[in-house]
Amino acid sequence: MNDSSEKQSGLSVLDRPNSYIGKTVPRPNLGRLMQGRGQYVSDMVLPRMAHVVFLRSPYAHARILKIDATEAKAMPGVIAVVTGAELAKVITPWVGVLSHLKGLKSAPQHAIATDRACWQGEAVAAIVATGRALAEDAAELVSVDYEELVPVTDMRTALDPETPVIHPELGDNLAFERNLDAGAVDQAFKDSDEVVEAKFVFGRHTGVTLEPRAVLADWNSGEERLTVYLGTQAPHMVQNIAAMHLGLDEAQVRVVCKDVGGSFGIKVHIYADEMATLALSKLLRRPVKFVADRVESFNTDIHARDHVCKARIGVSKNGTINAFEIDDVTGIGPYSMYPRTSAIEANQVINLVGGPYTTQNYRARTRVVFQNKNVTCQYRGVGHPIACSITEGLVDLAAQRIGMDPIEIRRRNLIRDDAYPCGSPSGLKFEALSHHASLDKLIAMMNYDALRAEQAELRKRGIYRGIGIASFIEVTNPSAAFYGVGGARISSQDGVAVRLDATGRVICQTSITEQGQGSESLTAQIVGSVLGVSMGRVRVILGDTDNTPYGGGTWASRGAGIGGEAALQAAKVLRKNILDVAAAILQAKPHDLDIIDNAVVDVQGGQQRIELHELARVVYFRPDTLPPGFQPELMATRHFVPREYPFAFTNGIQASWLEVDTQAGFIKLLKHWVVEDCGTIINPQLVDEQIRGGVVQGLGAALYEHCIYDERGQLTNANMADYLVPMSGEMPDIDVGHIVSPTLDGELGAKGAGEAGTAAAAAAVTNAVNDALSPFNVTVTEIPLTPRVILTALGRI
Amino acid sequence: MTNPTPISLTVNGESVSAQVLPRLNLADFLREHLGLTGTHVGCEHGVCGACTVRVNGDIVRACLLLAVQAEDASVETIEGLSDSGEISDLQAAFQNRNALQCGYCTPGMLMAAQDILTHEPQADREQIREHLSGNYCRCTGYHAIVDAVEATARARSGQAR
Ligand code: FES
Ligand code: FES
Repeated sequence: MNDSSEKQSGLSVLDRPNSYIGKTVPRPNLGRLMQGRGQYVSDMVLPRMAHVVFLRSPYAHARILKIDATEAKAMPGVIAVVTGAELAKVITPWVGVLSHLKGLKSAPQHAIATDRACWQGEAVAAIVATGRALAEDAAELVSVDYEELVPVTDMRTALDPETPVIHPELGDNLAFERNLDAGAVDQAFKDSDEVVEAKFVFGRHTGVTLEPRAVLADWNSGEERLTVYLGTQAPHMVQNIAAMHLGLDEAQVRVVCKDVGGSFGIKVHIYADEMATLALSKLLRRPVKFVADRVESFNTDIHARDHVCKARIGVSKNGTINAFEIDDVTGIGPYSMYPRTSAIEANQVINLVGGPYTTQNYRARTRVVFQNKNVTCQYRGVGHPIACSITEGLVDLAAQRIGMDPIEIRRRNLIRDDAYPCGSPSGLKFEALSHHASLDKLIAMMNYDALRAEQAELRKRGIYRGIGIASFIEVTNPSAAFYGVGGARISSQDGVAVRLDATGRVICQTSITEQGQGSESLTAQIVGSVLGVSMGRVRVILGDTDNTPYGGGTWASRGAGIGGEAALQAAKVLRKNILDVAAAILQAKPHDLDIIDNAVVDVQGGQQRIELHELARVVYFRPDTLPPGFQPELMATRHFVPREYPFAFTNGIQASWLEVDTQAGFIKLLKHWVVEDCGTIINPQLVDEQIRGGVVQGLGAALYEHCIYDERGQLTNANMADYLVPMSGEMPDIDVGHIVSPTLDGELGAKGAGEAGTAAAAAAVTNAVNDALSPFNVTVTEIPLTPRVILTALGRI
Repeated sequence: MTNPTPISLTVNGESVSAQVLPRLNLADFLREHLGLTGTHVGCEHGVCGACTVRVNGDIVRACLLLAVQAEDASVETIEGLSDSGEISDLQAAFQNRNALQCGYCTPGMLMAAQDILTHEPQADREQIREHLSGNYCRCTGYHAIVDAVEATARARSGQAR
């Protein structure tokens, strides 16, 4: 009934006068950040706060024989030196497995290594002092006797019988294996005119958030409560896990997340050193702060990718793709990361390869192996850049083999836009995608034919430019299918509470978090639009387990789709409640009233009847004037999780235009285009900037970023001078376009957009490089595409 | 070596005297001694630009300068530039263009941007990209930042004419 006014005026709940949906409005919280008034964990100071510094193993694999901290403990200002065994009395170890990833195994991991260090950088002791520099001085005085063990560093030989087993109790170095065989793969290859094979290599890289990981833990023994200030994407998950391993009740743990200096999946995990900091606060009964330095970040922030994948594609002369097959292996470090596990990326690769295309013939195997390097886990794009690079690389190779334009082969094989709903051979369900509309739009945006002409012209002059195309699908809005079904207490639902305060302003508490994507903005936009309240009057509170509804947080491109829908539903209820109050005050019928521009108005004629601040005044201070028995409710809470589809898939396509210096091996990016379909767009600018940021992370992986380990398991470039990241001078302008296919799983229709950019950027670049190098008859299928890789392919070195 | 040394300098126009360890860098001095946490620390070895501040009018990396080297200097931080209104138009352009996401690079980025706007007011996109190449941003992909700086350059030169 409460929708009747909207029905009368012919407007949906989002499509109202002064709606903010679909509009570019500036984010409300930027002033603080631009003036240096943000509050990141690294900025925080508490009374009696101590600083912890971790002494870390210099070896990839070593037994800890003896730790002597006598001298360090005697230093003035040193509060404690704590070993793994000592800390284990306060905090229990964990095992990073999920029950739905059948067969996934891992070994118990301690907050601080107890008897053995399994990667270079694993903490072996904690030094707590009154200052960070002092703790670092003291750390130098702690002596550790190690017995070096043979490290397992090459994932390709990790399963060989002669390779030592890192955790003997597990039997072998295989953490997880998954096999899939769908359709009639052998027959499809037999029926193909051409079968093209390639080996794809994906270097290890990492997130390099500009603010390193930081945590401030404050155990208040008087309250028996632990407050954890942490830049995390999932506060309730951290609350649950901290409580579980510290022997506390969840109610005894509060997680507060203020400003976060970048996350991208890096800050959604449970890190051993952060858990150790929590335990130290409890042990020492005072606030303890840990801020990773950059070397520690490189050695301990999760790494990602590190896959080697043999793959092949079968194609007919007419361009029909008949089958895909992959055999993938990935090295994840010595433990499966907790609690999301390190098998998800490989699992995603299997799920996603071939995803945009019609063929139902698909065989895949992945093996996830342990090694003595830093752990890998979910980083922006999780599996997508790998699956996309393999798929799109194969499609281009097939096109090249049969002499077909890369656009044409995609036209012939991408799932038709009118074929939905449908599914993939790996079992994915697609509600509504727009591969062909996206392709058409991309071609128009980039002026494909003109670029081809320019390319041909320049080639005559010895200038080698290339065009690379990559279609993709992206998993967004995950339901419980991601983690919940596997037994992890990671919520897939989110909640939003909205209330009208006594001055007619709106306060909104949401369980999603903000790391710069614009969660606050999109929440305020939705709530303001539904309520008819100006955005400037909506204040959003997030990132505090004491003060928000329970929910998952912001990861896996879920904030807008899931948190946004909860905000929409909560605001609808509040709106109804406000109109009920207005009707009582005005002796009118609720459905004859609407809220526009912070005031209740007549639906007919639009005349203003009562301003919201006046309505709130009556409710809060003169309830005696309301009809007897009428109780206003100016606060409403709603929760949401998608139920129709386990994931809301999005799709899109990217193109890269670049030049290869065939003498020096350098690649110059000239331009990049993206068309993507994230359903309803709440704020076009925020979506575009998510895409651009994501693209550049993908470009970094494509060209520069690489955690380079030597054969002894030493990370050789653990600093920002040697680990190259994209800087503004090397990055191109990025044009973004959209197709809109809303999800019907919810009223808002929004799907995620945070990882689309990362998904296909490397694939587009690699395809463009191969296109540029086609006159030389060479193919590169390894990233990062460093000058060495290019020159090796060209036979110049 | 380990004894505190007295220093006096001007920070955002205020005279400051302090006793500091000779090894203390300027970024930590600003953040920990003066509570000016707008100067961020990203790498502590001069690569990321998050700690960019102005010393005697020039932009420098506060993590590469010792506090004792700033003796008698005039140091300006993001807090100072914000309070004086010197970069309010640039900040407005950043806001309109959503040229920041997490905001961690932003104080340093604004410092570097104001530097090129001051010294090369006619800079084009390419020059802006070049000038900002010492400031790492993981979130934005730079496009929006370049747009915001370019828009400010155009607006300022429009006013100057
Ligand atoms: S912290 Fe100074 S340049 Fe990175
Ligand atoms: S906005 Fe996050 S690093 Fe630039």
